Amino acid sequence: MAGPSLMDSLFQRSVDDIIKGIRLSPPGTESTFIAKSLDEIRREIKSTDPQTKATALHKLTYLHSLHGADMSWAAFHSVELSSSSAHSHKRIAFLAASLSFNPSTTEVILLLTHQLRKDLSSSNVHEVSLALSTLSSICNPDLARDLTPELFTLLSSSKIFVRKKAIAAVLRVFEQYPDAVLVCFKRVVENLENGDMGVLSAVVGLFCELTEKDPKSYLPLAPEFYKILVDCRNNWVLIKVIKIFAKLAPLEPRLGKRVVEPICEHMGRTGAKSLAFECVRTIVTSLSDHDSAVKLAVGKLREFLLDDDPNLKYLGLQALAIVARTNMWAVLENKELVVKALSDVDVNIKLEALRLVMCMVSEDNIMEICRILISHALKSDPEFCNEILDFILLTCGRNFYEVIFDFDWYVSFLGEMARIPHCQKGSEIESQLVDIGMRVKDARLQLVHVARDLVIDPALLGNPFIHGVLAAAAWVSGEYIELSRNPFEIMEALLQPRTSLLTPSVRAVYIQSAFKVIIFCLNSYLKLNGDDPSYPSESTYSDVKSDYPGRFETVASQLLSDTEPDNPNMVVKHGQKPSVSSKMHHLTLESLVALVNLVETNLGPLAGSNEVEVQERASNVLGLIKLIKPKLLGCLDTREGDKANGELKASEMVELIFGAFSEDLGPVSLNAQERVPVPDGLVLKENLRDLEEICGDIELPLSTSFSLVKLQTMDATSNLEHHSKEEFEPSTESTSLLAEHRKRHGLYYLPAENAGIISNDYPPAHDPKDKASDETEDLVKLTEQSLVIKKKPNQAKSRPVVVKLDDGEGFKVAAKAPEFKADLISGAVQEVLLGNEATTSSSRRKSSKKSSKRREMDESNVGVPESKNEIVKADMPEIGFSSSGRRKHHGHGKERKHRSSGKDKVHDHKDKQKSEHGHGKHKSRQRADGALAAQSPVIPDFLL
Amino acid sequence: MIRGVIIMNDQGKPRLVKFYEFQPVEKQQELVRSIYRSRRAENVSNFVKVDSLFGPDVRLVYKTFATLYFVFIFDNSENELAMLDLMQVFVETLDKCFSNVCELDVVFNFKKVHTILDEIILGGQVLETSSSEVVKAVEEISKMESNGNSIISSIPGWQGR
Repeated sequence: MAGPSLMDSLFQRSVDDIIKGIRLSPPGTESTFIAKSLDEIRREIKSTDPQTKATALHKLTYLHSLHGADMSWAAFHSVELSSSSAHSHKRIAFLAASLSFNPSTTEVILLLTHQLRKDLSSSNVHEVSLALSTLSSICNPDLARDLTPELFTLLSSSKIFVRKKAIAAVLRVFEQYPDAVLVCFKRVVENLENGDMGVLSAVVGLFCELTEKDPKSYLPLAPEFYKILVDCRNNWVLIKVIKIFAKLAPLEPRLGKRVVEPICEHMGRTGAKSLAFECVRTIVTSLSDHDSAVKLAVGKLREFLLDDDPNLKYLGLQALAIVARTNMWAVLENKELVVKALSDVDVNIKLEALRLVMCMVSEDNIMEICRILISHALKSDPEFCNEILDFILLTCGRNFYEVIFDFDWYVSFLGEMARIPHCQKGSEIESQLVDIGMRVKDARLQLVHVARDLVIDPALLGNPFIHGVLAAAAWVSGEYIELSRNPFEIMEALLQPRTSLLTPSVRAVYIQSAFKVIIFCLNSYLKLNGDDPSYPSESTYSDVKSDYPGRFETVASQLLSDTEPDNPNMVVKHGQKPSVSSKMHHLTLESLVALVNLVETNLGPLAGSNEVEVQERASNVLGLIKLIKPKLLGCLDTREGDKANGELKASEMVELIFGAFSEDLGPVSLNAQERVPVPDGLVLKENLRDLEEICGDIELPLSTSFSLVKLQTMDATSNLEHHSKEEFEPSTESTSLLAEHRKRHGLYYLPAENAGIISNDYPPAHDPKDKASDETEDLVKLTEQSLVIKKKPNQAKSRPVVVKLDDGEGFKVAAKAPEFKADLISGAVQEVLLGNEATTSSSRRKSSKKSSKRREMDESNVGVPESKNEIVKADMPEIGFSSSGRRKHHGHGKERKHRSSGKDKVHDHKDKQKSEHGHGKHKSRQRADGALAAQSPVIPDFLL
Repeated sequence: MIRGVIIMNDQGKPRLVKFYEFQPVEKQQELVRSIYRSRRAENVSNFVKVDSLFGPDVRLVYKTFATLYFVFIFDNSENELAMLDLMQVFVETLDKCFSNVCELDVVFNFKKVHTILDEIILGGQVLETSSSEVVKAVEEISKMESNGNSIISSIPGWQGR
């Protein structure tokens, strides 16, 4: 394509044409239009006619900024056009630059240096201001370094319009080129005494930014800030100055005492909500130990809370949340407003109110608060309802349920929450139910009742959000079946037809629990018969059975309805495991057979399931039934005769499995794996190929330590267990086979199993493994070490024991741990950065140690502004001295101080306010002395 | 510091996008879309939680004027209510500069809106809170621009408004 011609210039489309074109192009064709326009622009922008070029660049900038067109290729054209004598061209060029240049990658930025320098020195204020605003957009270290002298001049420009912009731009320059601080800082500080509100506002804004990042370095400027705080009447300036004091006051208690009074005055006097709010926030965050001020601030907050403006209400609640950390009374005082805000239309407000309500939670009121919140949750939209549930679960579960005293209430409450229609917090409820089951022995009875109610309700199965809860309930029902009122009923619930709606993983839990229930029933029956060979109630049910031959489901349910009324009182006798004999009073051979048949009928089809988990577990149960059933039926048919014989074998087996299941599960420490001693000669960090060779012989002890059931005993019956092969593999296989397997797949063995133990938050999967792990030597040691049973001493009400793991705290209080870690990391990063800089700087640049340090920081550290700022601050003490030396500067500072205190004395006569201020000045000077003494290397002394 | 100023219409189309720290344009567009999605109902507080977009401590306040949705993004160094006031100043200034500003004015005056904004905020710092001062400066700039362009704009009538 030929270069741009006159025709192009004449018929060039304007920006407006482009905008109109885009607006008129039918939906979907916009991008084609833009692409076409970009082609035109590419041609036009090469034009030698500045107007054509400017229009092209203008169009391109528009398309870039609002339609995402790439314009990195046109960077040079912006540079070219920036030197145009026409202001409008220059403006287009600089607008393009500031909207599209990437300060760290656009190389042509350097080519702008000269033009910017020229414009910064221009006599036209608008040219200067354009250059300043461009500079602050595209500033990089080189640009900052090269233009610092011009900026320095502008900082004391007689034109206010330019001076305030220069002050604002200086922030970017400091960030990019900390050496500029040496040059400019003094002039910036001088501007603090400027009478013009524009300048003052700019310079206070600048210090507000700097203080935000590292307040300590600016403590010595407190007298200047104080003067502004007392004298100034401009809300914008006051807000910024108060923000500065919010950062400074916590560093120096005496400073807080000085500023609290003027801040309170502003708060009382001002009509501007923004200033009032800033005062309130500063008092409650940084001056919270001044009780009278906090009282005033809370009074003001109440006005905000009562205001109709939702913004004020929202900010008021936020501030109240800050007060709550130190002064709980403030929240309690406004309790009714907070609770009212819970039903506000505004989600922001509701959330803040909720947060505040949760602040108020204590052991005494948790039940009441939860009740109120749940009633709110029921009324709320799904989203907020879940927020509420989230907060409740978080607060109650915090720090091992520290606010919960009545676990019976809490587990019932968990069940209640699961039933809320919008509840989507199933997974959290699930883990708490299981967790409480494992940690709080005394809560288990109630837990089993709650679980029963959940499992038995067919309606719940239709709600996928609470499948997790149901999994937990099923697990609890199976694991603590001995506490159940009626195992048959549980079994029916676990096998009800609607369980087909469950996800396979949850269904697997159901089946596994059914397994536990059946084993429990069988075992109880055997025990019962062993204790009392006369089979007391057997005859009762043999009749029933003959009445309904082959329809065992109905028989079972009949049994349920029969036994239910008799049972309720039996269980609760001692609050602990009821004795088997009383519980299983109605347990008969017939009922057992019915139960077994029920299980068989229901699980039969699942043995062909596509889902391995379901299939496997169903097969386990069916395998057991296959073994047991003939024996049971045999007993039934032949009566007394062979019964003892058949029963014996079956009983052995049942007892064994029951034994395996009856182990008490405890929580496993997150760090448990670390405590497993590494076998001799196993170098974990080595190449895994080596591991494969080693593990054949050495790993064997470990493999048994993770086996699933009691090894010694299982071996005896292992030949009977072909169907439960998968489940009990390690025990049924001989150890040599296992070793073989391990040899073949040894590569994956150790990590996989360990991971299973450590991070298994899926409840049922815990049980066989963890149980087994308890039995093995290594892990017994582990759990002995890691299980600490903590009891709150001298508690008036007795609180159930909550099992905690000594080292698990970090993991349980997960919210806190990472923060802490992050602090450490950032601390370390800073340390490393500073250290590096110290070591490398000398080699880098010899002329000026300081500046090389800084440059180092700049280059290595673009993303870490804090540490960069650290450097800025560290430089500050020398700002004044760079030209005149430390001592001289000191003298200069003194002079100025004298001057200003002299001025104050004059004012003293005029009004009380001023005299106070003079005092303040004096005091804060003393304070600065103290600060200086404390941190002499950091704090500059040029104010003294 | 103010991190960014965005004007978009009620369809989510950006009319002005200015970030005071460099953001690649793709990222800008993504942010505009996310902000548009998180807009809130009428008569509720004007703050939107944007932790997920900009990190903690960054706040977003918006205000709807007719079909336009004004958004200010800022950090801890700014006062929330003062930002709402500043937004008012910005809108007032636009109103004065375009006499009864409407969306079309903002659409067709891309450069001028930037000029106005630059007079109010520089590098994320608030510089001018009086709309009349801003109008004065913007008028001076317009005069300068038309002087410089006098030869060109006097030739044919092609060039726009």
